[in-house]
Amino acid sequence: MTKPAEYYQRDRNRHPPAFTPTYKTSVARSPRYSLISLEQSASEITGPVFGHNDIAALDHDLIRNYAKDGDPVGERIIVHGRVLDENARPVPNTLVEIWQANAGGRYRHKKDTYLAPIDPNFGGCGRTLTDENGYYFFRTVKPGAYPWRNMVNNWRPAHIHFSVFGASFCQRLITQLYFEGDPLIPLCPIVQTIPDPDAIDQLTARLDMNATIPLDTIAYKFDIVLRGRRSTLFENRLEGN
Amino acid sequence: MGQTLDYLKETPSQTAGPYVHIGLAPGAAGFDIYDHELGWDIVGPNAKGERIRIEGRVIDGTGAPIKDVMLEAWQANAAGIYAHPEGGGDVEDGFRGWGRVITDFASGEWAFDTVKPGPVTGRCGTVMAPHINLWIVARGINIGLNTRMYFDDEAEANAKDPVINLIEWENRRQTLIATRGTRDGQVVYRFDIRIQGDNETVFFDI
Repeated sequence: MTKPAEYYQRDRNRHPPAFTPTYKTSVARSPRYSLISLEQSASEITGPVFGHNDIAALDHDLIRNYAKDGDPVGERIIVHGRVLDENARPVPNTLVEIWQANAGGRYRHKKDTYLAPIDPNFGGCGRTLTDENGYYFFRTVKPGAYPWRNMVNNWRPAHIHFSVFGASFCQRLITQLYFEGDPLIPLCPIVQTIPDPDAIDQLTARLDMNATIPLDTIAYKFDIVLRGRRSTLFENRLEGN
Repeated sequence: MGQTLDYLKETPSQTAGPYVHIGLAPGAAGFDIYDHELGWDIVGPNAKGERIRIEGRVIDGTGAPIKDVMLEAWQANAAGIYAHPEGGGDVEDGFRGWGRVITDFASGEWAFDTVKPGPVTGRCGTVMAPHINLWIVARGINIGLNTRMYFDDEAEANAKDPVINLIEWENRRQTLIATRGTRDGQVVYRFDIRIQGDNETVFFDI
């Protein structure tokens, strides 16, 4: 087995801290002790591998993958982009999964009781593998904003949840896509758990007229960056040895 | 000023939210959409080694179980090999070593069936005791929490484990060790994860 090449240390200042009191649920769900920093071993630099046998042809098409008697209601959109690493290299063949509310802001989930109706033709989840260039795309409808219990009048901006794997368990990431120009973005306590405005911009998909299908579907571009990896294989000596 | 370093920056994390099941375990959300959901079968039918069940709860800072949590498990097979190009060798046909685990919405209990992993080669030729890597996401967790679960019947290997020994506070090391028992002839390990408060589980920045 070759010696492991490590992934770059995660920049924790770019991520939200665990304890963010304005997002109230985080208060009792955040560790109080510091994380213990681990030099990576095989347990961290390996991760699950997925293939085309794991997914079906329509899984990336949320307009069709749950349609019963027609298309879902809402603004038809394409969400596309590339999964890259911090070295700007594409991450090929990696699993990207999404989930979202329907155009009215309602989730198909037995725990969601918002008064906006369920759309009989919309499930709200999709998945795909990036191609050899790290490229992915989904077709869906633009999700609606919805209220949530935090302060009495908090609304989530329209968003799509993303889950991405990369090649190793230490690259594992769940995040959310927001849409350019949404006035709810600066008001949302979950968005604002991220202290760095530049990092929030990185979660804001841009309208992409080049990828829009005329007279049919509008497009947003959303690139995702996972941790990068050293290219030099030096293993530092064990402390105390 | 010198040249610009042209690295990209990692996309920031956001909470998985309360409806993580829609995307990652839609059956639990209450609907059937995919031919097969990923992560239910961790080891496949051909895995060698001892078949075990692991169960527990994830407990918040008030002492209550978190009922909308999702865990992902990542483990080696019984020979200590990960199913990955850099995993150290070949694994049994159908062995992925990765699973998704969600809690019961009413009780907060979770459980998964797997095989007990073997020891894994660590850094600089060390040997890591058998362990399962866990990643925990939920509403209110802004960035997924990484921890490891070790086995209490591996006391000798645990005592030499380079990661356990990295934990300066010896009294916290036991938060990573599951307790072996049996029920109806089945080996069951108990592993409760405490996000905050007394006996807070050790979490890692990997």
